[in-house]
Amino acid sequence: MTPSLTIEKVSAGDALPVFELPVSARTVVMGASSSRDWQPQHHDHAWATTRAGTKDIFLNTPNQAGWIERYLTDWTGPHGRLGRMQFRMRRPVYPGETLVFNAVVTSADVDDLGCAWVGVDIKMTVGSDVATEASARIAVPLDTDDNPWRRSGDDWRP
Amino acid sequence: MSTALEEEVAARTAHLVPEWTGTVLDAGPGDVVCERGYILHWVESTENANPLYWDEAIARELTDGWIAPPSMLSVWMRPLMFKPDGGEQIRPLEMHFRLKDAFELPEGIVTGNEIVFREPVRPGDVISTQQTVAEIGDVRSNRLGTGRPWTIDVTYTNQRGDVVAVESYRMFCYVRAAK
Repeated sequence: MTPSLTIEKVSAGDALPVFELPVSARTVVMGASSSRDWQPQHHDHAWATTRAGTKDIFLNTPNQAGWIERYLTDWTGPHGRLGRMQFRMRRPVYPGETLVFNAVVTSADVDDLGCAWVGVDIKMTVGSDVATEASARIAVPLDTDDNPWRRSGDDWRP
Repeated sequence: MSTALEEEVAARTAHLVPEWTGTVLDAGPGDVVCERGYILHWVESTENANPLYWDEAIARELTDGWIAPPSMLSVWMRPLMFKPDGGEQIRPLEMHFRLKDAFELPEGIVTGNEIVFREPVRPGDVISTQQTVAEIGDVRSNRLGTGRPWTIDVTYTNQRGDVVAVESYRMFCYVRAAK
């Protein structure tokens, strides 16, 4: 399979396509279920509002990680291999809201092992609120013959 | 200027900070073995069309067979909610809950997360975790309540001893602000 994105096609300052996620109660609950996260604030409206003090149930952390990974690999294609991801949640994301993903490439370089890396800053917003800020380092092929997934052990330095 | 609640929380938890910082919990292997059903539920929930998780020929070509999405990591440490023998009930991210109990801060939220991904997790893998209290911060207040932030580092290892990831969770645990 030919890679859809190689490092020479990427430059710092490039913007990733915008992605909009309409969040429903199903989004939240299915995200909690698929991550096996049964903390009540992610499925129990009464508990979330009366005990946790939030407006409603809200997206859990692992599911947000999953959506960020999906957003990035939609752009890189299957050869993209996530090496590092960090994110900070500024406010909960509730059913009925639309979470909008924007991202910009901050770096595109090749390490001393010949692995090509792209740095990305991601902003996830609800209206004018920043809900989550993230950054990631994702490996992409150096050229059409390369595959970051072939790297292992000391050859993989995320 | 500190509020009365901040002073109260600080006074009753100050001695716990040095006691708990650096504490390590070997949580052992997770109850759940990595398998395709969980992977499909994950990519279903994130509407992830990456062919690595849907097309076995592509998975064979690129990753030597099926793998789990890297971001699925924490799934493999979460305990079953029921076991017929009752079993020892360890909670997901057990160290966090032990801290909450010790500090008597009943509510908690995750405020940040960092993950470094190493070897892929594959169907059949059993993942063990080691959880370390990396840092406990000063008492503070926000719109949710008054409490302390802390950071827990989790190292994930497969049954062959390979590190598959290292993750840091930043939490804020608190008592709710009076209405």
